[in-house]
Amino acid sequence: MNMLQENNWLLSVGTFLPLLGVVVLLLTPKASDQMVKLVALVTSIATLAVGVYTALKFDFDQAEKLQFVADAKWISVIKSSYLIGVDGISLPLYLLSMIITLLVVIYSLDHVPSPGKPKAFFSLLLVLQTGMAGTFIAQDLILFFVFFELVLLPMFFLIGVWGGEQRQYASIKFFLYTMFGSALMLVAFLALFFKTGAESFSIPYLIENGGSIAKNIQIWIFAGMFVGFAVKVPMFPFHTWLPDAHTQAPTQGSVILAAILLKLGTYGFVRIALPILPDAAREWAPYIGGLAVIGIIYGALGCLAQTDMKRLIAFSSVAHMGFVMLGISTLTSFGVNAAMFGMVAHGLITGMLFFIAGSVKERYHTLEISKLGGMLTAMPRLGWIFGFCAMASLGLPGLAGFWGEFPAILSAYNPAEGLNETVFRVFMVIAALGTVLAAAYLLWMFQRIAFGTAKNSSSHDHSHSDDLHDVTTFEWIAWTPLLLGILVLGILPNLLFSVFDPAVQITLSAFGG
Amino acid sequence: MNLLAAETEVLAPLASGWFLENAWLIPVIPAIAFALIILIGKRLPMKGSELGVASMLASLVLSAGAAYQWIQRVNSATEEQFVEPVIKSWSWWRSGGFDFGIGQHIDGLSVVVLFVVAFISTLVQIYSLEYLRGDRRYTHFFAALTLFSGGMLAMVLADNMILFLLGWEIMGLCSFMLIGHWWEEDANSRAALKAFFTVRTGDVGLLVGISMLYFAANDWTQENLGLSGFSIRGISAWALSGEPNSTVIMVAAIALFIASIGKSGQFPLHTWLPDAMAGPTPVSSLLHSSTMVVAGVFLVARLYPVFFVGLDILGSGGNLIMFIGAITIVISAALAFVQNDIKRVLAYSTVSQLGYMMLGLGAGAWLPAVFHIFTHAFFKACLFLGAGSISHSASHHSFDMKRDMGGLRKVMPITFTTWIISTLALCGVFPFSGFFSKDEIIDNVGNNGYNTFMIVGLVGAFMTAAYMTRATYLTFFGEPRGASAGHSSHEPHDAHGSHDSHDTHGDHDDHASHDAHASHGPHESGLLITAPLMILSVLALGSGLLNATPFGESWERMKLWVEPRAVEVVDSTYPGGPGESLFINVPSAEEGSSKSVCGTATPEKGVCYAPKLEHAKFKWSKAMLSMVIVFLGMAVSWILSMLLFTKRDARLVGLTQRVKILGVGHRFLVNKYYLDDLYEKVIVRSVAYPISNAAYWFNQNILDGILHSISNLTRKLSGWVYKNIDQRVVDGTVNNSATFTKSVGTAAQPTQSGKVSQYGALLFSAAAVAALVLVIINT
Repeated sequence: MNMLQENNWLLSVGTFLPLLGVVVLLLTPKASDQMVKLVALVTSIATLAVGVYTALKFDFDQAEKLQFVADAKWISVIKSSYLIGVDGISLPLYLLSMIITLLVVIYSLDHVPSPGKPKAFFSLLLVLQTGMAGTFIAQDLILFFVFFELVLLPMFFLIGVWGGEQRQYASIKFFLYTMFGSALMLVAFLALFFKTGAESFSIPYLIENGGSIAKNIQIWIFAGMFVGFAVKVPMFPFHTWLPDAHTQAPTQGSVILAAILLKLGTYGFVRIALPILPDAAREWAPYIGGLAVIGIIYGALGCLAQTDMKRLIAFSSVAHMGFVMLGISTLTSFGVNAAMFGMVAHGLITGMLFFIAGSVKERYHTLEISKLGGMLTAMPRLGWIFGFCAMASLGLPGLAGFWGEFPAILSAYNPAEGLNETVFRVFMVIAALGTVLAAAYLLWMFQRIAFGTAKNSSSHDHSHSDDLHDVTTFEWIAWTPLLLGILVLGILPNLLFSVFDPAVQITLSAFGG
Repeated sequence: MNLLAAETEVLAPLASGWFLENAWLIPVIPAIAFALIILIGKRLPMKGSELGVASMLASLVLSAGAAYQWIQRVNSATEEQFVEPVIKSWSWWRSGGFDFGIGQHIDGLSVVVLFVVAFISTLVQIYSLEYLRGDRRYTHFFAALTLFSGGMLAMVLADNMILFLLGWEIMGLCSFMLIGHWWEEDANSRAALKAFFTVRTGDVGLLVGISMLYFAANDWTQENLGLSGFSIRGISAWALSGEPNSTVIMVAAIALFIASIGKSGQFPLHTWLPDAMAGPTPVSSLLHSSTMVVAGVFLVARLYPVFFVGLDILGSGGNLIMFIGAITIVISAALAFVQNDIKRVLAYSTVSQLGYMMLGLGAGAWLPAVFHIFTHAFFKACLFLGAGSISHSASHHSFDMKRDMGGLRKVMPITFTTWIISTLALCGVFPFSGFFSKDEIIDNVGNNGYNTFMIVGLVGAFMTAAYMTRATYLTFFGEPRGASAGHSSHEPHDAHGSHDSHDTHGDHDDHASHDAHASHGPHESGLLITAPLMILSVLALGSGLLNATPFGESWERMKLWVEPRAVEVVDSTYPGGPGESLFINVPSAEEGSSKSVCGTATPEKGVCYAPKLEHAKFKWSKAMLSMVIVFLGMAVSWILSMLLFTKRDARLVGLTQRVKILGVGHRFLVNKYYLDDLYEKVIVRSVAYPISNAAYWFNQNILDGILHSISNLTRKLSGWVYKNIDQRVVDGTVNNSATFTKSVGTAAQPTQSGKVSQYGALLFSAAAVAALVLVIINT
């Protein structure tokens, strides 16, 4: 096994530091909101600092190897160990989760959603961060599963307590749906464990030995994983929890959900399902690709039907994750690179769009598109940022979204050996048509919200006009890194591609490059 | 013979120079200027416009320098030598173990288009200083205009298709921002959306085409040239190598051509172009002359080998490009007759002229088509800016020829003169520039054996002359009407609705000042507006001389400088790192002067970068024929216009009402062949409403319905199990089972959602059982 073990404390510190923050938070008196916010802020800054230090120590010339590997005894009864490490695939996502959490915390300093309770709110955000980071560093299936599930609880409460009017329905739906997927996933993990001789849950071990499982069994095990990950992505037809969860979640919840949580599913495919079960992946690939392109078109149509801005953005995630899954389904390093890039880009862009939706809601007290309008007149800066993100989201070259979208379409022309080219070429054309629909729903939304003159109805009643202030300082601080990220990655895509590529190639070596 | 042998051994390296090596700076400067205008523009004394103008001037200087050095480079080559483009490339992104570059590809084609774009952009920006003075989004306007030019420049010098796509899409974005510049009005924002959306529809072809070419060409290009399958140079050589599968390259060419159709406003995706008039006039001028719409034509010219092989250019009976081009020429020229808006006449005329360029490219008249891009840019920019000058100073921001213009030749002598020169150039009258390019296209189409298409071209020339005469008559002759007569025309202006409210400058507050200067009556525009007009009209007159075929070969400069030489090149690549631009080229020995195999057979010794094309021999007799046709068109149109618009001749006025068939035809034209209705009312509306609503209904009722019924069923089942089995049968003996059902039941109830931990425990145990079952079954 190719592993580098130096600095093996780094990942654990980076992952569990937020929990330390939670402990401090619990000791902080409830009354002092300022103190609570300070602790949360300091914790997330410190976490990111550790993350940045990790990235600095990361040996980019060996991005294909697991680095900072720690291996400790954990639950020896079931031969599960505390095996962690990052390579070029997980490092960017690991960092992204830290960045997003910090930005969300900064944004929340000024915007704790109703009903308040900042102490609980920030604690949950930090727990969530541990879960997300842990999922990306885990190299043991049980460990992965624990972190994967750990994410559910805080998000469940974030939606259920701080959510919109139908938060109960949305949070339960979110929880049960993902739990249902997780159950099947766990079944698959255990089956995998038994079929490889009940030796180890370690992912590197399983990658070496998973290929020896008979093909028809692989297919069944893959099915379990597929449902677990597909629900999380979410892929059509398992996506219906997403619009509800997004619409009802508080802004912070939506941002994290879009930016990181959805990536847990796609990451699972790349990290676990594909390399461990290559034969099954080959069998499943056309179906995954098919569902992906259905998702692209279907998600876009769903967007066109929406009257609510936030729900529209939520549906757009279904379409965008379709591009990611299409890239993965080609089983080529070209496609998976695109998918990895697409994950990060979608995280930045859609996260940003949800931030904007939150700010719109705060100012207009509604997200009904027909009641908005003239945003560029009332709040030019917010309007332009919105336009920028819409353009990034529709895959404009020069911005981050393009590098997830176009290479994914490209890769479908030439899928891995053994896959039916004709089928994938049809997928390619359908996906390319999806870019037109993406332009349609995003620009149409932008036109209706930003252009024109401010609607009279909203400025007359209430004292709305006071609320229509342009971007605030906290918003600027929270948003600038995302906006810069979208631009910089768009111009210099190699910042990410060069990190992903070696690791992706190793991961996909079973598919013949 | 000796000379030939000497040549094959070692050739002196081609001349190069700083401007050629660093041409990549040309689009970088506007891009930086764009960022600066956005960031600090508002705080500058001229609100950022100085940055825009300065960056365009810098780009102009650089492109002029590059053009000069390119000419030197061509001169340093021997007559039969392939003039290597100046290529530079840096690593941009990597995937699948390959590095993909970003860089410049400077050859005759890119040099000439770079120069035109930078030149027109500079003039348009200067013109805008005056034209948009006082606009509420003055800074944004210049930012977008600068980026717009930057996008086009980047596309023109792109060395690979990804960078090409980048420039292409940036132009799309900027056209959205600029057409919708006065977005307070619904019509403008809809026009912006339509432009972006229509072009984007065509872009599907570009995405698909690039993908196909990449995978088809990559192996070959990596092996033979060390270039990626995105590289324009690589794709060109591959296309002519005899290697490509004919179906693949045909489909790729068609896909790419669909993108060209969208971008260059060819039939049937031309409908966005006239609506794009909603933007400020300088935008129309830039968009219609040298950027954006030319991009589609440029794509065909740039990847000409792909189209040449893929669509069998020079094959008998014509090809897709020619058909689309020919249809576009005629149908858009016909539409120009029923327009009252002067800018719309010009818009349809652009569409029609782009049709000529496509026709030329499709018929193997590569050079005349590229030359037409060059000359057309000058006279079309001049015409649009002239229309803007009229609306700015004479017709009170109206573009309606019938209502607000007429008789302007006396009050606007400069605008009038420049307009007439450009119109004559557009109509192709000797010795104006359009003659040398358009007539060459028509001539070469005929020469290559496409007589039917040549006739279409001549018919188009007749129509062009006729509709331009009509527009000229309505604008500059006859009696002044409406605003031009000094009437303030607010009422009809507003009543006329969306189409004519374009240039109201967004800000209604400054109507007072406009009224003030309207009361001075129509007058000539200021120097910032007339100077660009004059410069452009000089070029509209003279630029044709750069390739004046009638005067003999020594006048055919464009051909010498721009047309790539169709020679087989051996050892054309030299391994070099990023940024390396050293190419050594040696023409293969046996190939005599004119016996190039490029484009006709598989090159055996080396590679070809351009197909061999024939040039028609200029004959005065043919030129005279088209001249007669043009003058006929002018005369007929002049007489009819005079009778109809000034004399109000009873036989003509209301003819369309009296004669049914004419009425039908007229309505058909006024409604733009109902294509807009088809697109907007049928296709877009059905996708936007019924289809998307159906999808959403499926989502809410079927998918979620299944989910809800499962959850209901589970709840009922667990309730039943609890009541009937747990309580009665098991009752305490199996406690685990009780927890099981209870927790399922409670967790499934939306009202009691707390018992998540039990659920987790349950999950683990259930999963373990299931896994065991699976394993046992499978062993």
